[in-house]
Amino acid sequence: MLAKRIIPCLDVNAGRVVKGVNFVELRDAGDPVEIARRYDDQGADEITFLDITASSDDRDIILHIVEACAEQVFIPLTVGGGVRKVEDVRRLLNAGADKVSMNTAAVQNPQLVAEASGRVGSQCIVVAIDAKQTSPGKWDVFTHGGRKNAGIDAIAWARQVERLGAGEILLTSMDRDGTKVGFDLPLTRAIADAVGIPVIASGGVGNLQHLADGVTEGRADAVLAASIFHYGEYTVRQAKEFMRDRGIEVRL
Amino acid sequence: MSKVVVVDYGMGNLRSVAKAIEHVAPEAQVRVSSSAVEIGAADRVVVPGQGAMPDCMRELAGRGLRDAVIRAAAERPFLGICVGLQMLFGHAEEGDVMGLEILPGRVPRFPDAAMTAPDGSRLKVPHMGWNRVHQAEPHPVWQGIEDDMRFYFVHSYFVEPHNPDLIAGSTHYGVPFTSAVARDNIFAVQFHPEKSAQAGLRLLGNFMRWNP
Repeated sequence: MLAKRIIPCLDVNAGRVVKGVNFVELRDAGDPVEIARRYDDQGADEITFLDITASSDDRDIILHIVEACAEQVFIPLTVGGGVRKVEDVRRLLNAGADKVSMNTAAVQNPQLVAEASGRVGSQCIVVAIDAKQTSPGKWDVFTHGGRKNAGIDAIAWARQVERLGAGEILLTSMDRDGTKVGFDLPLTRAIADAVGIPVIASGGVGNLQHLADGVTEGRADAVLAASIFHYGEYTVRQAKEFMRDRGIEVRL
Repeated sequence: MSKVVVVDYGMGNLRSVAKAIEHVAPEAQVRVSSSAVEIGAADRVVVPGQGAMPDCMRELAGRGLRDAVIRAAAERPFLGICVGLQMLFGHAEEGDVMGLEILPGRVPRFPDAAMTAPDGSRLKVPHMGWNRVHQAEPHPVWQGIEDDMRFYFVHSYFVEPHNPDLIAGSTHYGVPFTSAVARDNIFAVQFHPEKSAQAGLRLLGNFMRWNP
């Protein structure tokens, strides 16, 4: 059986991890490569870097981080944030990323998903969907870090990006992000059941039960979390043991 | 000093493959190359590959590397990864193209009808993530790797060898499929050893020491 994946996510700004990571004995709490290596040791199934660098002058720094990471961390690496054109995708993959995630740019120009997957293959293209509930059982897509309602139904958008050639969907509930009350499970399940490509659940994880729920109730193929791992509340290994004890297939 | 060439035909994450080999074989000279001459002079050859099979076959031919790869697969330690495995076979359902036909068999897609999990949910394609590889037989490249270890997969098509003797490893995802093949100096895998943490690094290290 294919294992459900656990993916720690790091926000990176101009080459440094923001929201200090709280590992013991970490030489440099802001070094994304060292943190990624630590998560690899803990048994993380993948690592995701979200590049939140605002200044365009500093945008190339992420490429160097990805290069350094690819020399030391031998698990899949996904990079997202600020990807606007096929050339951005290509450069990140050449630096050593395995998958590139796109969000706002895909909403503004859905053809970008088709072009990018046609060029580098669907397996490298992740579309990140930030969704917010507008009425019971209905969610809209938001862009620009959750600030702008794109006026598109999230389920319809998920189906559309699958048709356009996305290989995976990274689904974040903007209602739950940062709340620590758990994933939006009806949203996760609605999207996971609507498409034939893997769905990563994100947004709202506060404890290990939330991760398990994302898989069992939400039917997600993978779960992504940041703060519960960064602040040392739980290790990835503890999360996996918890899930295994609840009958979920994980890699241990 | 062992010279290994990672064949660059414009498809896929070659840097990761090269870095993983450097990590396990620091004494080796690792080159990412699209030169038929360099491939011809290498002691070992690794053919990775990602993306669509028709694109891979076209790029390989377009860069004049087809013969160099066929020759390497005939005479030197040869490791195929992902599409680098699939292209060793014959007819590929993806794009209705022929592979290099070094090994007899075909490359079908995961059949829609079989893609249902025991709990009734849909098995997603691509098959993406960590799955178990059952070792069909002992092989120097499996040495020190426990049977049924998990490796990282990303693919929608898989190889179906005509001759079961070729099968070195198998995996289950909706259907049982061949995830590794071995014949003489060839070892080829559907998963990505360069992304499969310790188990994958061990496999690459074994390949670098393998003298068939």
